[in-house]
Formats: sequence, C-alpha cells, structure tokens
Amino acid sequence: MSAAANTRVGSDAVAAKGWLRAHKWLLLRRATQFAILGLFLLGPLAGVWIVKGNLAYSYTLDILPLTDPYVALQSAMTGHLPETLGIVGVVIVAVFYFLVGGRAYCSWVCPVNVVTDTAGWLRRRLGIKGSAHLARETRYWVLAMTLIGSAVTGVVLWELINPVSMLHRGLIFGMGFAWAIVLAVFLFDLFIMSRGWCGRLCPVGAFYSLLGRFSPLRVSTPQRAACNDCMDCFEVCPEPQVIRPALKGAAGGAGPVILAAACTNCGRCIDVCAKDVFRFGARFDNAPPVGEADGDPAVAPGKF
Amino acid sequence: MARNAPSASTPARSKAIARRQFLFDTARMACGVGMLGLGLGLYARQSKALPAQALRPPGALPEDDFLGACIRCGLCVRDCPFDTLSLATPEVPVTTGTPFFTARKIPCEMCDDIPCVKACPTGALDHGLTDINDARMGLAALIDHETCLNFLGLRCDVCYRVCPVIDKAITLEVLPNTRTGRHSMFLPTVHSDHCTGCGKCEQACILEEAAIKVYPVALAKGALGRHYRVGWEEQKKAGGSLIDEESMVELPDRLPEGMTLPGHYDPGSGATAAPGAVPAESQLPGAAAAPIPNAPPGMGGPAVPSAPPGMPGTVAGPVPSHPPGLGGGQ
Repeated sequence: MSAAANTRVGSDAVAAKGWLRAHKWLLLRRATQFAILGLFLLGPLAGVWIVKGNLAYSYTLDILPLTDPYVALQSAMTGHLPETLGIVGVVIVAVFYFLVGGRAYCSWVCPVNVVTDTAGWLRRRLGIKGSAHLARETRYWVLAMTLIGSAVTGVVLWELINPVSMLHRGLIFGMGFAWAIVLAVFLFDLFIMSRGWCGRLCPVGAFYSLLGRFSPLRVSTPQRAACNDCMDCFEVCPEPQVIRPALKGAAGGAGPVILAAACTNCGRCIDVCAKDVFRFGARFDNAPPVGEADGDPAVAPGKF
Repeated sequence: MARNAPSASTPARSKAIARRQFLFDTARMACGVGMLGLGLGLYARQSKALPAQALRPPGALPEDDFLGACIRCGLCVRDCPFDTLSLATPEVPVTTGTPFFTARKIPCEMCDDIPCVKACPTGALDHGLTDINDARMGLAALIDHETCLNFLGLRCDVCYRVCPVIDKAITLEVLPNTRTGRHSMFLPTVHSDHCTGCGKCEQACILEEAAIKVYPVALAKGALGRHYRVGWEEQKKAGGSLIDEESMVELPDRLPEGMTLPGHYDPGSGATAAPGAVPAESQLPGAAAAPIPNAPPGMGGPAVPSAPPGMPGTVAGPVPSHPPGLGGGQ
C-alpha cells in the first residue's frame, strides 16, 4: 500500500482488522437497505407480492401493516386518523424504532441514505472542503413547521416534496421526474453543504431522532481508553458531534454510551476504528469505568 | 454559544450577549424555516387544484380532505385489478404521490368488492362505501353537442351501451330531428342520480376527442336555487294542480315572426291556423311530415314523439318531458 492510501479514512482499520471486518456494519447496512427495497420491488418487477405499498405504509404477506408514524402524524394534524390497520402499523413501527434507535430508520432503511452517503464519500474523495453553514437543529424547526403547516393547510405537507418518499415511491411505482429531486439532494450534499440533507434539514430524521430519544440500543465506547485520536470515526460519522461526549468524556465523568438522539446507529465508527473502541451496546450500560481518567477534561457530560 | 465576545468584561454582560445571540439565532431560524413553510403552504394550496380530468378512486374524500387523509402508500393502486390507478409523479399536475386515474386512458371498472377502498389504510377512500353504484368519482357530461354523433342524428350510442349503469346513468332521450324533418335524434343524457363517474363512456367515445367527459361533480353539476320548486313535480306530489285552473288566463302562443303552425289551435287567440294557408318557406322544417308539438319538449309541452317500439332506452316508459334529476321536491 502506498503512503497516500494509508492516510485514507479507515485504512488503519483495514490494516488492523482486514477489509471485511472494517466494513462489516456498512455491508450489513447496505444489505439491509437493498433487501428492504428488493422486497418492495419483488411485487412490481417479478409479480411476487410479499410487500405491497411503500415506506409511508406497507402491508406484508397480507398480515403485517407498517405505517410511517411521521406521515401518520402529519395526517393526524390535518384531522384525519388512519383506519385500524394503519394505526396498528404506526404502533409496530414506533415501538420497533424506539427499541433499535430511532434513526436506525435513517441508516438502515431510508433509500436517500445511500444517496447522501455516496455524496459524503465522494466529498471526502474529491477533497471538497467548503461547506455552507446551517445549524443541525434546523431539522427540528423544519419538523415543527411541517406539523404546524399540515394543520394549517390541511395537506400532509412534507409529502409534497419529501425526497425520501419520492425516491422510494419512484423506484416502486414509477420515478417520473423524482430523479431530479434526488439528484438535487445529492448535489446539495456534495457541493453546497457537507451532510446537509440528512444532518441538518430532513424532518423525517428529526422525527425519528425524537422517537429514539431514549432508545435502549446505542453505540458505546467501552474501549475508549484505547483511542489513539486518529479521528477516523469523526471523519466518517454523519453526525460527528454525537461521538465526542462519550469518547472523550471520561474525565468529565461521562459514561461511554453515545446518548445523542442524532446518532443513526449506523455502526460506521465501529468499522473504521482500528482499536475497536466502539461496539453496539445497551443504553443502561453507561457507568464510567472506575479509574478511567485519560479523557478530555474540557468535555462535560450532557453537552451536545 | 461559542460566539461569546471576548470583550465581555462582566458575567452579566456576557450573559446579555449570549441572550442576544440566542435571540438572533432563534429569529434567524424561525424566519428561514418560516419562509420555507410559507412556500410549502402556497404550494399546498396550489396542489389542491386537481385537474378536471384527473379522477380520484371510488370513495375518495372531497379533495380538501383527501390531501390530508391520503398518505400516498399506493395500496389502492396495487389492489386495483385493472391497473386503472396510478400514483402521481412530481411532473404530473396532481399532488405528488396521490392516486388518480384518467378516464380516457383506463376507466374504473367498478368492481363489486371495491378492492381499492378496502386496501386504503387511512380512510382517504371512505370505507363506508360498500356499494360501488354509490361511488361518485365524477359526473359524466356530454359536453360537446356539436360533434357527438347522436346529436348529428346518427346512432352511435357507444357511451350509452358501455355504461355500467345503462338506462339509469345514461339514457337516450328521443327528439325529432329537425334537420331532416323525418328522423329522430337519440340524445345520450346523463343522470347524476346514478352516474358514478367511472369514465367508461369517455373512454369509449369514438371521436378523436371525446364528446362526453367525466368531470368533478362540482364542475359538471348545476344547482337549482334552493327556493326553486318544479311545478309538475309539486303537482305530482300534491296529487293535483296547486292552483285554480279555472282562473288561468291563456296567453297567445308566441311564435317566431311570420310563422304559423298548420292546424294548431291557439287558445290565446281562439284561432286555428288553416292547414293549407301557410307559405311553405315559413313552415318549420319537416312540419308537413309530422305533427308539431305546441311547445318544445321540456318546456311543459306534450311528450315528444315516442320512439318506435323496441328502441333501446324507451322501453322503460314514456320519455320524461323534462331532464330527469331536476328534483322539484326537496
């Protein structure tokens, strides 16, 4: 390997653990994303109807209803409640994502994630540095706006322009001009704002963040004492601000679990860490190990 | 935030600066997102303007409610056995992701079990709709009398024939063909009491551009004033005349200038036009061939000449003398 290649994000992990282990969660995630998409496509493309519908609502094997709680909430804001199956679907999805981490939806299911991850990857590879600034809290404002706006207009507001549903629906029901909106998101992330769409604007992610605010399944940093400050996890993380309190919080008495709701449980940090600092763990398993005090004293717990 | 000015000398001052910064940040966020919301809201308003030719599936709530209830899942599209429905893509002038169909392309086949409604998880398609004949996806209107072949005096009848609610939703009303003077015109007439708006008639219209089209009910349907009572309906309900017929004053018939109706008795003047005394050019076309009613059908005159026995559309009974659906009684 050349020296230049070794400076690439994750190359240490590849050298230490092998390519496969250094991409384990990424591969699992992509496999899940495409498997879910494949299940949806099996009907229209092959006539095998395991799943009908799309991410807004689907009906699997004529028994399992799944409803997107955010779309259902917008609809509820306009004064319309779903039928029984729709409500059952909301409950199932809400409970599931509460358990596995709200934004697991973003990194394991959402089709736009592939688009923005690709933009993020290309941004790194092309060395594009400049990025417009927009606070990460913007998405919560957009979320509130879509809910209030739905109530005011009587229209399921975000679905008018939601690139997530447009892409998913487009792939399954016919794309039309939706590709242009997806391309716009890609170019926006690539040239205008690093991690702009998922990290700052998308109210779907914001909603799932709130849904998983107290999710039991979280990424943890049990081996944080072994961190060699290579910064690869920060480079690769779509929400790097969530890592620091846990990874560098030992001195401030912070536990090792990444508690921030913005974390998407994508597991990419686990992949790229050559020192195996990260792993999936339980939220409750958060007691700071006794005698661990080599962290960054500047980072107080609860910040971010 | 991190932008606390280093010049902040006292804690109180730095606190004030932080508060200012917080207010500015909040205001900026509220304004930025508010503008986005304003744009989206205006777009939402536009999106409520469903094109007249885009029809919603059976049982769809009124458009205003539909856009709040429909979650764009496409289950209705999937369960439609005839691929009638599709979800709107962004470039189509129908709210993105919502189901619609275009009658001229693929009309609704009016399945008895209404699978699209059953599939809907939200009630955007009203689950109370259990009889497809109660669906009101739109209302057919024979919009172009100039090109409709039946209006030209031919016997196309295709819209009438394909109508799933034949003889109720579309009937053939027979009028004399004043152009030839010796034929009848069989005019397809839509009755809103029974038309479901399925669009079979529009799809089947043999013209290059359909003369009969399905429109949203609000566009296709007129409405009588609420105070309006149709005399003959009231008469029927009351079982007799509602006025004192004895004191009725007969007014002279008002015919176009110079015209006489041979053999016609005018109660107003008490005169009968002599059969042979009329200049030929002032006669109504075809007047010699058939007796002429003393008033146009539909205006209280006698029943129009009935169709020969066995003609479709006329077997059910005498032709009504006014457009059905004009419910006089409320």
